[in-house]
Amino acid sequence: MPDPSQSQPHSHLGSLAIIAAVVAIGAGAFAYTAGWLSPGRLTPTKLVGALAPPDGPALGHRRNHAKGICFTGIFDANGNGTALSRATAFVAGQYPVVGRFNLGTPDPSATDATVRVRGVGVQISTPDGDVWRMAMIDPPIFPVATPQAFYELLEASKSKDPEVMKAFAAAHPEFAAFGKWATTAPWTASYAEVAFNSLNAFIFTDGGGADHAVRWSLAPQAPVTPISAPDLEKLGPNHLEEDIMDRVSKAPQRWTMVLTQADPSDPTSDPTKAWPPERRTVQAGTLVVQKIEVEADGPCRDINFDPTVLPHGIKVSDDPFPAARSAAYAKSYDLRTSEASYYPRTAGSTKP
Amino acid sequence: MSRTNTEFTALQRSLHWLMAICILAMLFIGVGMVSTIGRQYTPLLATHKTLGITILVLALIRLVVRFIYGAPALPVDLPEPMKLAAHLSHLALYALMIGMPLIGWAMMSAGAYPVVLYGQIRLPAILPQSDSLHTLLWNAHFYLAFAFFALVLLHVAAALFHALVRRDGVLQTMLPVGNNDVPLKPQRNEH
Repeated sequence: MPDPSQSQPHSHLGSLAIIAAVVAIGAGAFAYTAGWLSPGRLTPTKLVGALAPPDGPALGHRRNHAKGICFTGIFDANGNGTALSRATAFVAGQYPVVGRFNLGTPDPSATDATVRVRGVGVQISTPDGDVWRMAMIDPPIFPVATPQAFYELLEASKSKDPEVMKAFAAAHPEFAAFGKWATTAPWTASYAEVAFNSLNAFIFTDGGGADHAVRWSLAPQAPVTPISAPDLEKLGPNHLEEDIMDRVSKAPQRWTMVLTQADPSDPTSDPTKAWPPERRTVQAGTLVVQKIEVEADGPCRDINFDPTVLPHGIKVSDDPFPAARSAAYAKSYDLRTSEASYYPRTAGSTKP
Repeated sequence: MSRTNTEFTALQRSLHWLMAICILAMLFIGVGMVSTIGRQYTPLLATHKTLGITILVLALIRLVVRFIYGAPALPVDLPEPMKLAAHLSHLALYALMIGMPLIGWAMMSAGAYPVVLYGQIRLPAILPQSDSLHTLLWNAHFYLAFAFFALVLLHVAAALFHALVRRDGVLQTMLPVGNNDVPLKPQRNEH
């Protein structure tokens, strides 16, 4: 039984101080965890904000790879991929695909020939309910090794002072390989001729439970005809979308999915470093693009091609990018869905 | 329902403290994950979804248990406004324990995200994709999370107030270890 004398008001001050301290410590820990006490923390909001051009983002659109066109088709798996992963998508069969060809720009109305990086988002669904989403681009390596460096690259590339970009390149020698690709690799005049690369390494788990580090590519089956950027520009600002609509209306377009298995000595956490070309590859199947639809009311519009949406049998590796991309893509999706009224939907759309 | 008991049953106390750990972890994981782009984001998100559904299931069980066993009466000398605050805050806590996981699940559904828990458990979508619903639910999930944490702090402060200032045995009704020898003292007249 407590002594009644201890319950007198004057002795409550200590108790109230304890209560106040407990609440303050709790609130402080929460604020710290939320990043409010760490203004230097690279948050999804900061990273996505850095993607915006100087005059602000295109409201209602993806914050990067904003120009794109939807497709549907199938992934025709040949069964070979089961050697590396037990994902159902690798079991021989045909699985529905929704995807999106896109340009690596925050401007949804950019001229095709002004955008060096092209991408594709792909979603493969299997009858067991698994969903595999991927977002791939056409350079063979990523420009920088860490998400922090990517943020710095975005900031540096927006600077009007050319010394800033020079300083960035000097501090990030790995950037040179991407720079070489960007300035010397041939362009093409069709999405159907583009090879897309996962760049990030993922861990594939096979039926026996063994893990394999894998990167993958979509290699075009269409013959590739190089073209210069000025010649591409002459074809018009939206040639890539017109071309892929035309091609697919005549015949399905195909890409071979090539899985590349790392040796134990290969870096899995650094997408600026290509793995040696002699590494084991597995042709797992064919992406068949059967129908093109404009994005405005197309089936890809409402999908966030988050590369960490993975089926049973594939998981993230120590590569820091998939997590950073997932966090940033989610922020982009949150923003654009809240700005849906700014997005020009075509008449006849049933979606709100 | 209205069994006259002086403390919560062992089952109720177990559920309370298990859920206390889950909910605190949940709130910290939530604010932590949305403010990071680090490698931990992916496992935190998977944990957040799994823990959220766990809390939903536990809260529903707890609600049933509460209807069966009831709760010890508050001290009769507790001022009416404090009794009202206690009842309303407990009601709000139950609403959030059940509502927040459902809002999160619905938000993922409205964003066309697959909802996959630990062990590759797949949950069905409970809403079709919708930009407006996704935005509404996102805002609800975000702001209610802070309200939830504020309510948890209030709950802790109130429990300590009962234990340290009023010394009325209310905290003892929910302590993890039984305290049958410390009954409620409804007739305190110390002032």
